[in-house]
Amino acid sequence: MGSTVTTANSEENTWGGGNEPMGASYGKLMMWFFIVSDALTFSGFLAAYGFSRFKFIETWPLADEVFTHFPFLHGVSAPMYYVALMTFILIFSSVTMVLAVDAGHHLNKAKVTFYMFLTIIGGLIFVGSQAWEWSNFIRGEYGAIETKGGSLLQFVDNTGHRVKLSDFAVSLPKEREQLTKSKGKWFMEEGTLPTYTVAEVQAGFKAHPELLIRTEVIYEDNATTKADPKNNPTLNKIKHKTILTRAESEHRLANATVVVEGANLIRNEYGSKLFADFFFFITGFHGFHVFSGVIINIIIFFNVLLGTYEKRRSYEMVEKVGLYWHFVDLVWVFVFTVFYLV
Amino acid sequence: MSDVHVSNTKRIWFVFGLLSVVTTVEVFLGIIKPESLHLTHFLGMNLLNWIFYILTIFKAYYIVWAFMHMEGEKSILRKVVVVPVIFLVIYLLFILLTEADYIFEVFKNSTIKWNF
Repeated sequence: MGSTVTTANSEENTWGGGNEPMGASYGKLMMWFFIVSDALTFSGFLAAYGFSRFKFIETWPLADEVFTHFPFLHGVSAPMYYVALMTFILIFSSVTMVLAVDAGHHLNKAKVTFYMFLTIIGGLIFVGSQAWEWSNFIRGEYGAIETKGGSLLQFVDNTGHRVKLSDFAVSLPKEREQLTKSKGKWFMEEGTLPTYTVAEVQAGFKAHPELLIRTEVIYEDNATTKADPKNNPTLNKIKHKTILTRAESEHRLANATVVVEGANLIRNEYGSKLFADFFFFITGFHGFHVFSGVIINIIIFFNVLLGTYEKRRSYEMVEKVGLYWHFVDLVWVFVFTVFYLV
Repeated sequence: MSDVHVSNTKRIWFVFGLLSVVTTVEVFLGIIKPESLHLTHFLGMNLLNWIFYILTIFKAYYIVWAFMHMEGEKSILRKVVVVPVIFLVIYLLFILLTEADYIFEVFKNSTIKWNF
């Protein structure tokens, strides 16, 4: 009892133990210290993301071209609306959590139950949304080509709009079959083959003279880039990806080695290889926190239902999980800024 | 915390409104990306990114102070939690970002081409 609940320390007994110099119980204080260490872990990840991004500052993918999906709106480019919705859901579940804590201070079991329930629902919706976001990210939309040098080429039409591989790649007779376990010997298998081969994309590109190639390089509007004969003279905009001339596009495409569709841990169609790795790792780690937060919330929710805290005459346990839950929200605020806005 | 049982409901909803408005502003700016802000640089970063980071810290302050109820804690607890985090994060960012910028310059200005 004494270790889980803050009780007024009426006796001044400095060396006798039971002191609370910070005015918080042992459990709450340890939750704060856990949050400090977890915050530093996340800072480490985000700083590592910043490190890699600064290293490839000229070629890093632009977030508003990557996250453009919204449920039931197919083919509509809706940059950031979905992640904004996710942010609202998480902030709202933070609000219901703090309302539960507030109700706990008044020992109002019915209200605590209700707000805890809403918090759990909010958390589940958030985790589900993140899964949906991941599935779109992994599936990809346009497809791209990787060259011998490891750089990524994307396709645009003569107005600068993105073109999907499926819109122009031709279908050539295939002799390449995906190796599966059933066809292999001794557990041989390979990853999913891309829908098109390099030759099919190259042939399709040849057959569509209006197509151009867009590199990873972010265009800087200055004398050097303007004078560069490789850059497209009309389509390039500052702080957008550089579009090449048709001649240079054909030249670059000749070096193609791999067709990239969607994203995995090795390569992704959005640009820098590290981009997808960091996206999976940091949003995944955050999603894991949300998931474990939901589990802990459910446990506490049942304890509230069973009247455990009613008997204790203190809902401090709700306050402690509340701290964790707000921390998850706090981390998301930073992840949101770093991955989607900046 | 246990001395006063005054309901904070009003303040909670106020903070929720504030965080919602700030998020809306961020998303709005992120979508339209006004050129006057996006192309103007100040201390090595464009004004739009400055606004995003300042608003993020603004939101973080309200989450910690109002939702996590840091404003009701003793000042020693506030300092013990907040000061080490802020100091270490600034330190880490300073080291990593400076180093990353140096590596970027090496790749840009020398003949080394290595994508890793």
